[in-house]
Amino acid sequence: MRTSLAGWLFAAPALAIIGVFFFVPVLGALAVSLTDFDLYALADIRNLRFVGLENYRHLMHSRDFWRALGNTSYFVVLAVPLSLLTSLAAALLVNSRLVRWPALFRTACFAPVVATAVAVALVWRYLLHTRYGLLNWALGGLGVRPIDWLGDPHWAMPAIVLFAVWKNFGYNMIILIAALQAIPEDLHEAARLDGAGPWQELRRVTLPMLRPTLALVTILTVAGYFQLFAEPFVMTQGGPLQSTMSVLYLMYEEGFKYWNLGTASAVAFLLFLIVLILTTLQMRFLRRAEAA
Amino acid sequence: MPPRTWRGSGVGWRFPAVLAALLCAGCGASSSAHRTLTVWAVGRESEIIAKLLPEFSRRHPDLEVRVQRLPWSAAHQMLLTAFAGDATPDLCQLGNSWLPEFAALGALEPLEERAARSAVVQPADYFPGIWDTNVLGGHLYGVPWYVDTRLLFYRRDLLAQAGFAAPPRTWAEWSGMLAAIKAQVGPERYSVLLPLNEFEPLLVLALQQPDPLLRDDGRFGNFESAGFRRALGFYREAFVRGWAPPVANTQISNVWDELGHGYYSFYISGPWNIAEFRQRLPPERQGSWMTAPMPGPDGPGASVAGGSSLVVFRRSRHREDAWLLLEFLSEPAVQRRFYELSGDLPPRRSSWDDPRLADNVYAHAFREQLERLRPSPKVPELERIVTEMRLVAERVVHGDLSVDEGAVDLDRTVDAILAKRRWMLARAAATP
Amino acid sequence: MRRRGAQLLLHTALLMLAVGALLPLLWMVAASFMPAGTASVSPPPLLPHHPTTANYRLLFASQGMGRYFANSLCLALLCTVSSLLCNSLAGFAFAKLRFAGREALLRVLLAALVIPSQVAMMPLFLMMKWLGFVNTYAGVVVPAAASIFGVFLVRQYALSIPDELLEAARIDGAGEGRIFLRIVLPVLRPILATLAIFTFLASWNDFLWPLIVLTDQSMYTLPVALATVSREHGQDNELMMAGAVLTVLPILALFLALQRYYLRGILMGSVKG
Repeated sequence: MRTSLAGWLFAAPALAIIGVFFFVPVLGALAVSLTDFDLYALADIRNLRFVGLENYRHLMHSRDFWRALGNTSYFVVLAVPLSLLTSLAAALLVNSRLVRWPALFRTACFAPVVATAVAVALVWRYLLHTRYGLLNWALGGLGVRPIDWLGDPHWAMPAIVLFAVWKNFGYNMIILIAALQAIPEDLHEAARLDGAGPWQELRRVTLPMLRPTLALVTILTVAGYFQLFAEPFVMTQGGPLQSTMSVLYLMYEEGFKYWNLGTASAVAFLLFLIVLILTTLQMRFLRRAEAA
Repeated sequence: MPPRTWRGSGVGWRFPAVLAALLCAGCGASSSAHRTLTVWAVGRESEIIAKLLPEFSRRHPDLEVRVQRLPWSAAHQMLLTAFAGDATPDLCQLGNSWLPEFAALGALEPLEERAARSAVVQPADYFPGIWDTNVLGGHLYGVPWYVDTRLLFYRRDLLAQAGFAAPPRTWAEWSGMLAAIKAQVGPERYSVLLPLNEFEPLLVLALQQPDPLLRDDGRFGNFESAGFRRALGFYREAFVRGWAPPVANTQISNVWDELGHGYYSFYISGPWNIAEFRQRLPPERQGSWMTAPMPGPDGPGASVAGGSSLVVFRRSRHREDAWLLLEFLSEPAVQRRFYELSGDLPPRRSSWDDPRLADNVYAHAFREQLERLRPSPKVPELERIVTEMRLVAERVVHGDLSVDEGAVDLDRTVDAILAKRRWMLARAAATP
Repeated sequence: MRRRGAQLLLHTALLMLAVGALLPLLWMVAASFMPAGTASVSPPPLLPHHPTTANYRLLFASQGMGRYFANSLCLALLCTVSSLLCNSLAGFAFAKLRFAGREALLRVLLAALVIPSQVAMMPLFLMMKWLGFVNTYAGVVVPAAASIFGVFLVRQYALSIPDELLEAARIDGAGEGRIFLRIVLPVLRPILATLAIFTFLASWNDFLWPLIVLTDQSMYTLPVALATVSREHGQDNELMMAGAVLTVLPILALFLALQRYYLRGILMGSVKG
């Protein structure tokens, strides 16, 4: 059929590119994760050994991997609720009927999302400086003693959480604004006629109607935040005391600092598996909650 | 803000495409009749090579030299990536502790034949400890370019204020001085800066011990030895007693200014900082700082045999030209000029006879230290091992591990790192 | 009156939010005009006392910023053009052209969205080496020339093209290529604008892959240059801020001009960007 051939021809360039430059490397990474590919193998391929699931087994017993996973989970647990709350609050505020110039505020909140991560991470590095940073100066005004944000292992990850929330809240805000606007106005009218105040309107009408979108946004944010990498890379290099070493940063170090591609690929696939399992669990939980 | 309508006429997308094409015409490699030599240097040395080049270009007008700068913090990784991606330069500055790694990769061109034929490169003229770091398995893989070691930079006036007229020669003397200075400056300031993200200070302390860092031809870690534990213990004590701030050097906004402000009085660093301190400290401070050789456990101590060599990459297509540039940079006159511009110390004894070096009071300590150098272990995994050492030290400093626990932990980690090396050595021994 | 009070409260809250969002960016601009060393004082200055363009001049004169800017621009444009080509063709095909395996392929692509891109990076780097693409523009542009996200974006929009329009053209004897150029592309223009700005933004801001595949300093893009130079000149805060401004400002300006299209792209299926 003519359309069949045309269909293939049209789709071919994109499929070829995606196939060759995405799927093949992914499969390659899977294969490499079953070997002990390292610098020696890079020099001479005969130094390569097939080790089966040894890399995975080693990672399961590796303190570094569990610490990275712990750090990443800590980040997700802190950052996701904070991020969603901020996005929701911002969306509710911007979408309010009483707001003048909503586009202006919306744009302001979205600007951090667009700004280059490396550049703003640098700015934040200076803002978080213990003695010369704006944050500690502002906190000092409130009577808080200067915190060594990027040097204290207890505060480094919270600092990264703060940065990540700032950078990303605008994105989910946009999605939530669209969802808010999709709520039929008569539902709000009915609630107001019943004498509901703004808080009750929020609880009885807005939030329940938002639930599907909130669920979707949560799932996407969790998956995205598990891939924490740029912030530790620019701001802390995984330190101090490896408190900001995320799973992907570990993969990057193993892969590109030491060229242990076998281990690095295993780390990447383990992360992928974890995110996949978490996403599936979340979706199943939500489906059950909806059915209830 | 009224949204602009998309003027999607046919011109709309053609304009960016044309612009892109024009830009990229300019971006592409320029064709030339010259041969182009790519040189990679690290940090400030890259700027200085550029300044030395005019003389070389005069002698070789058909060679165009392009210098690229690598930042210190990423140089090792960028070199490995370049090797993996077949994008290595022709000539390169390589820290001599990385030589075993790149030699094991087969990345470096052996240079012994060219050195033997050369009138410029005279092995006997080089400090033997430094020359030795370039010889592996009977082959010469690099020619030393400058020597580097670590020793004390300190504030004489603050030391005098604490009651000491001369710098320390032993650890015991040094501890006494650190304690005295700390007592003087109080809780907000310190006696010594030992950045937690630098492994060199601890490495120097460890190399001063009689026990080697690795045993059995680099097959196993030797960090549970009494020597290393003593070094780690001394290192930890400096933090526990408040002599050193538990920070990384990225948290010191400006290391030079802070020594000038007296935030700390001792700093373990290398020869490049002679020029930096001269340049960055205000004139009234210039008389108050000095260098001194490292104190050792029982007397004047050893330090790490560092420095950089010039290497030629095996896959380079201009190896002969690269050697010409290498020779040029090894000429004593050029080395003296290099020293003037950079403060990096020459690896050749004949270059040290220069009156300018003799007059440099800060360099005297280095000349003395150069006679007491110990190399770091010559294994390809060195970079990884010293990183692990630093991480364990950080945890010991923070109290997560005791010194003994840290030593055991480090040995276990290093043994795992060296597993492949053991396998390869066993395999090499088995095959005839 | 209650309405007035609520409005005041609302706008105050919004103002605080907006200021919080913009403050780091504004400080970045302010610090870039401060003379060297003046930003590292306590209390930190909010505005430069003696504004100077010295940092910018230094960036262009000795740090080669012009080169990095050109690289970023060039790469972003190339990525955008090739992405528009490949993704529009494929998106339309998946929406309106029947071919064997179409649905199965779609499901595979959808599933693949979950895979983080970093998994593929190292083998991809080795592949680039074998192709000779390391340290070339091709190494950055070719893998980015098509994306699953782009295909889905176009497909979603193309589904709304009326079939009768296409059928009528086919009956008239027009070939598929003609139909695509004359009928489909004009209809797709809005989503192509969205795709263009998404791709441009993503390419401009991308830093890990260019960091890995571009080994020559003269090929660096702005984010890569910033990341590597900042590790060296970590002490020269004001200079780094100027570099950051140069990196961020163009993309912010572009976003301001075309934000309608960008925001639409986020909303279409709320797929992760």
